[in-house]
Amino acid sequence: MANVWQEATIVGIAPETPRVKRFRLALGRPMPFRAGQHVDVRLTAPDGYRAQRSYSIASPPADPTTIDLMIERLDDGEVSGFFDAVAQVGDAIELRGPIGAFAWEPAMGGPLLLVAGGSGVVPLLSMLRHRAGATPDVPALLLYSARTAADVVARDELLARAAAEPAFSLDLVLTREPSGRRLDAARIAEALARLGDPAHAFVCGSNRFAGAAADLLVDAGIPAARIRTERFGE
Amino acid sequence: MVTRGFTGRRPDKPVAERLPPGQYLTDDFPVLQLGPTPRIDLARWRFVLREGAKPLKSWSWQEFDALPRTRWTGDIHCVTKWSKFDTAWEGVSVDDLLAAAGLEAAPTAYLLAEGFDDYTTNVPVADLTGGRGMVATRYAGETIPPDHGGPARLLVPHLYFWKSAKWVKGLRFTAKDEAGFWELRGYHMYGDPWREQRFSDD
Repeated sequence: MANVWQEATIVGIAPETPRVKRFRLALGRPMPFRAGQHVDVRLTAPDGYRAQRSYSIASPPADPTTIDLMIERLDDGEVSGFFDAVAQVGDAIELRGPIGAFAWEPAMGGPLLLVAGGSGVVPLLSMLRHRAGATPDVPALLLYSARTAADVVARDELLARAAAEPAFSLDLVLTREPSGRRLDAARIAEALARLGDPAHAFVCGSNRFAGAAADLLVDAGIPAARIRTERFGE
Repeated sequence: MVTRGFTGRRPDKPVAERLPPGQYLTDDFPVLQLGPTPRIDLARWRFVLREGAKPLKSWSWQEFDALPRTRWTGDIHCVTKWSKFDTAWEGVSVDDLLAAAGLEAAPTAYLLAEGFDDYTTNVPVADLTGGRGMVATRYAGETIPPDHGGPARLLVPHLYFWKSAKWVKGLRFTAKDEAGFWELRGYHMYGDPWREQRFSDD
C-alpha cells in the first residue's frame, strides 16, 4: 500500500557528514520494503500548504518499523532545509512508500557492482547492509565517488565492512583530495577486475554522475539490462 | 497533520496556479530513467504501429522525419515532484501518424508505448488523439538529446511524464488497458497530475 500516508516520528538525528544528517524514523505502521527503494515525505504548514520530496532508505529491510533516511542539506532546500535546521527528535512527519524499482533482493544474487556519487550512496547502503545480513557470500563492490574523505557517508561503517567482510570491497574515489582521481574507464576496469562480471549493477547519484557512470559501465561491456540507475536533480 | 515548525516556501501566485498538487517548479531538466541511455543508430531506427502482435505500419527515421510536424509549448509534470514550464516540443501528432498509416481511426481504445530500452507505458488512445499527444523529435528547436529520450519520445503532457516514454520505438494498440512497466509496480494506470494520481489507489 504505497499510496497511504502515515505518520512517522523522528526518534534519532545524527550528523553523517558536514552536509548530510541521518534521521531515524519510527513508523506507526510497518512498511515492508526492498533494499534500494525510497519513500515520499510530506510536510504541511499551518495554512495547509504542503511540500513533498523523495528520499532513499538507508537502513536494511530487516526492520520494517524503523527506517533511516539520510538527508543532504541543499542550498535553498525547502524540505532539506527544514530537516537540517528545524526538525527535532520527537517531531512527526508524514511519509508513504515503499516506492521504486531500484532494488536488490538476496534471491537476485551477485556479483553486485554498486556505484555511488555523493549522497547517492544511501540506497546502496541499504543493499550492502541487507547483503551482509542475508547473503554475505555474494561478492559486492562499492565504487563510491565523493569530494573529500569528510564527505563520505557512513565512512567508518564502510571501512569496517571492507576489513571484516571477505566478499566485500570498497573503492573510494575522492575527487577533491590532493591525490584525487575521477571516476573513469580505468577505475571501472580496476573494479571489474576485482569483482568479476557483475550480475547486477546499481548506479545512484546526481543526474550528471549517474548518466556518466552508467555510460562507463556500458562501455566496459556490461549489458544495459543489468544496469539500474537512480538519479536526483543537480 | 501540521508539521511543527514548517512554514514552507510558497511559489508566487502565477506559478502556484500552474503547479499541480505536490509539485514544485524547476528550471533544470532532470533525467529520470531506469538504466543507461540506450545507443540508438538512426540508420537502424524504426517506428512501428502494431495491433497486438500484428504490424500495421512502420517507418524508417528518414520517412518518419518527413511526416507533417506539430508544435506544442507548455508545462510538464514528473511524478518525482518537479514541474517544468514552457517546454517547447515538435513532432508528429498521433492524429497525423494514424492518417499516415492509412487508419481512419485507432483500431482499439488503448495502447502501450514501447521504448528501445523495453520500457512500456499505457495510455488511452483518446488521450493521444485530437491533438493531445505526439511522437516528439525536437525539443527547444533542436534534436532531442539522448538523455531526454531522443531521437524520438512520446509526448502526452497532460499526464505525469512517465507516460511520455523515452526512446519510443512504437505504439501497440491493445484491446484492454494493459499496465506498463511502472503501472505494474504500483503507479497509477492513468496518471493525471491535477488529480495527483501518482500511485494505484490515488
